Amino acid sequence: MTRIGVVVFPGSNCEYDALGAVSALGAEAEFVWHSATHLDGFDGVILPGGFAHGDYLRPGALARFSPVMEAVAEFARAGGAVLGICNGFQVLTEAGLLPGALQKNRGLTFLCQPTTLTVESTASVLTRDAFRGQELVIPINHFSGSYTCDDETWASLVAHDQIVLRYKENPNGSRDDIAGVSNVEGNVVGLMPHPERAMSTLLGSADGRVLLESFVGAPVGAR
Amino acid sequence: MSSAPEPLHRALGLTDSELAQIQVVLGRDPNPLELALYGVMWSEHCSYKSSRIHLRRLPSEGAHVLVGPGENAGVIDAGDGIAVAIRIESHNHPSAIEPYQGAATGVGGILRDVFTMGARPLAVMDPLFFGNLDDARQRWLVEGVVSGISGYGNSVGVPTVGGELTFDECYSSNPLVNVLCCGALPTNRLVLGVASGVGNLAVLLGSSTGRDGIGGVSVLASAGFVGDDGAASLDDAKRPSVQVGDPYEEKRLIEACLELLDRGLVVGIQDLGGAGLVCATSETAARGGVGMDVDITAVPLREEGMQPFEIMTSESQERMLAIITPENWEEIASLCAKWEVRASVVGRVVEPSLDANGNPRGMLRIRRGFDGEVLGEVPAQSLADEAPLYDRARERPSSLDAVHEDDPTFDEPVGSPNDDLLALLVDPAWVYRQYDSQLFLNTVVGPGRDASLLRLAGPGLPASERGIALSTDSNPRWCALDPRLGTALTVAESVANLACVGASAKALVNCLNFGNPEHPEVMWQLSESIDGMAEACVALAIPVVGGNVSLYNESGGSDIDPTPVVGLLGVLEKLVAPPPGWNWREGDAVVLVGARRAPGTVPFPLAGTRWATRRGRRGGNVAAFDGAGLKNTFDFVTGEVAEICAGASSDVTSVHDVGAGGLATALAEMASVTGLGANIFELEGHQELFAEFPGRFVMTTNNLERFIARAVRAGVAVEEIGRVGGTKLHIGQAIDLEVQEIARQRRGALEEALEAAG
Repeated sequence: MTRIGVVVFPGSNCEYDALGAVSALGAEAEFVWHSATHLDGFDGVILPGGFAHGDYLRPGALARFSPVMEAVAEFARAGGAVLGICNGFQVLTEAGLLPGALQKNRGLTFLCQPTTLTVESTASVLTRDAFRGQELVIPINHFSGSYTCDDETWASLVAHDQIVLRYKENPNGSRDDIAGVSNVEGNVVGLMPHPERAMSTLLGSADGRVLLESFVGAPVGAR
Repeated sequence: MSSAPEPLHRALGLTDSELAQIQVVLGRDPNPLELALYGVMWSEHCSYKSSRIHLRRLPSEGAHVLVGPGENAGVIDAGDGIAVAIRIESHNHPSAIEPYQGAATGVGGILRDVFTMGARPLAVMDPLFFGNLDDARQRWLVEGVVSGISGYGNSVGVPTVGGELTFDECYSSNPLVNVLCCGALPTNRLVLGVASGVGNLAVLLGSSTGRDGIGGVSVLASAGFVGDDGAASLDDAKRPSVQVGDPYEEKRLIEACLELLDRGLVVGIQDLGGAGLVCATSETAARGGVGMDVDITAVPLREEGMQPFEIMTSESQERMLAIITPENWEEIASLCAKWEVRASVVGRVVEPSLDANGNPRGMLRIRRGFDGEVLGEVPAQSLADEAPLYDRARERPSSLDAVHEDDPTFDEPVGSPNDDLLALLVDPAWVYRQYDSQLFLNTVVGPGRDASLLRLAGPGLPASERGIALSTDSNPRWCALDPRLGTALTVAESVANLACVGASAKALVNCLNFGNPEHPEVMWQLSESIDGMAEACVALAIPVVGGNVSLYNESGGSDIDPTPVVGLLGVLEKLVAPPPGWNWREGDAVVLVGARRAPGTVPFPLAGTRWATRRGRRGGNVAAFDGAGLKNTFDFVTGEVAEICAGASSDVTSVHDVGAGGLATALAEMASVTGLGANIFELEGHQELFAEFPGRFVMTTNNLERFIARAVRAGVAVEEIGRVGGTKLHIGQAIDLEVQEIARQRRGALEEALEAAG
């Protein structure tokens, strides 16, 4: 069975949701406190949403110094599957594990609403079971979710097929409608929308399942 | 102004007779520290001294009620081994002065009330009341309050799933910011804020203590604003009484406290809110019938030179008091260290002393060091429970007769009903988009609908297929005309909202926002309103499990309209499918369920409606309250929707309660959300289009005959009123509007008003 670690920083708040979602897909998931120094035995690691360390200074700026982040970097270098959702995405960019940065939304307000995403690449651990052009309805829930990067980085993202998901209607001013990106290898992915919130039609959408199913299945097959 | 210095007790908000009573309690003159303790604890905000004798008239019994009024939160047994805690509070005056922090700390405070009971907070609702948006100050208040709720609630990790938004000129100088929180816990983990066990320790958890919020409950919450501008005259002087919130501290505090409770490491736990440490220590000691020694030198401080009275009465946020046995201290300290939560032993539970008659009397002793100098010593009970109770003068306003005479129901309608309808439509999405409404994966129906509906699930709870529903409701326009009927109808409106999501009402909490209780008219309104609430709760079989009274909502001598806010909690036994909601389908029959005409002599009252208020018409008579008829209708609709939520197939395709704005508004809202039109038969003029009285539902069905048969069998009035179809909403000869236009107007109304004049 796939073992997934869900990293918990003080101030994380989507850890139970992420754990519940991957458990429902058959993974064996457990919390990893931010002071952990290794991630042995895990097949994949999720950095969940929330406000790690209160988002003081700026989202992710302090979390990158938590001891667990060295272990996450090591895990990623070894090819392990790493997923950052929302605040987790912000942490991964601050830690330099993903390119670019997330800045405040265009309208300068928090936004919690459904968005329609388009799958742009299937070369990542999050999208390998989806198909290019697939539309997914998944909610966003953030204040600082406007993706930005310099021209060179953008050109490199395009060249290496690292733009994983785009918004169909850009809600926050993200460059090139980017909702999620991966590293060059495709084993580290970050996205602002919350796939764990789109696991059941009872809650409005089950479109997040294909992403998390990819991720939970990925560790075994991807390497 | 006289140059003679004001006596200390008056400066602390105590009257001369209250001082005399303190002297009797102590058998001596209080010292300044002791006087300060009484000043905050006997404030209106903490003691409910003007309202308590009236609140006793509310029914609070029910087989499923585990904790009723008077505790930090009401708690009911929701089934499947899960208890649900609910509480509502006001944070009106702080929000008037500093909207962001006022609203933020309102959220923080209500969360602590709920996790004090051992419950994990799972949902927040915010009923908000402002003046009209053509005033720049109101726009500033709205933006500040909404971003305060958003900024605090989102990051503390509790979803905000609904609320209310009301604009009326009576709130221009005194906005209302109420906040409701609901949480859940395994029934067997219920804890109460009780100190027991002599030798046990009181541990202060969370933030250090600063000078913020000193006298918040007395200076700020228990007095009106003097200036009619509400802005300048007192704001600056009162701003230091507003607390400052830190959601990150609160988040760690919640997690640490819930882990302490999970591991069974605490005897009792109590939040520090209004009146700070003195409130938490005296209430826990009073409930346990014990004494408590508090060492003020053990309280971690934010700044140097704080006086003992400041330490005891500070309202610094994000603090809790846990009562523990000494042997658990090390484990607690290390658990708190993990969550980066400060923990300090500040108190000790001691034997009660004996009073002159030999009866045990738990004393609250403020000391410098546990064995050091005693700075103050008062009976804990006298602070917590023995504030004077006032039966203040009540008088029906003499102007009411003339107000009732002036009924807009019989006005000649001027202008086009199309324009009237468009002007009444407001989609509050601009507000709730800013709230995380989905955390914990429970939100089946979020903000902006009749009621919010959640799965009853959360970390640490037993598995369950049940659901809970929440609605907050108020109608100050009705209550201004008739506080008794207005409040009874408000309760009915709230039950109607729950019915739309299939939930049966199980518990009610109230936030009674009124003016200055020293005005006899205000006390009359309060007393009448409580009677109306009691009547409706008895008729509809709903226990009142808690509440909050916010008085002194006045500015420049002018009181707000009576604004009792009702928070209603309902339960669904099985929630595996979403309720039908507002979505129409082409060809469905539109039916009106419930008595088409209001009980009494006026079939379609326009008094207190949005239609009348928009025309500046504020008089008239509201509808009568027919408890038995309403209950029958509510039970029928609840049953119809509950079956759908339980997974059964049904011919019912949509349901919406007819609320503010009347039948025309309900139809327009459904059309707007669906993007489909309807042909509605001729109604009885503008009166039926816009009349407001609860007990009517717009529903659609794809099998009219079967639906009508069921309603008839249940003894519920039902009438086909039209068909879904096309791109226009037609209502007889009166309304003829493109659905696109309705939707655009509704969507844009709030944003355009907020952007007016930038």
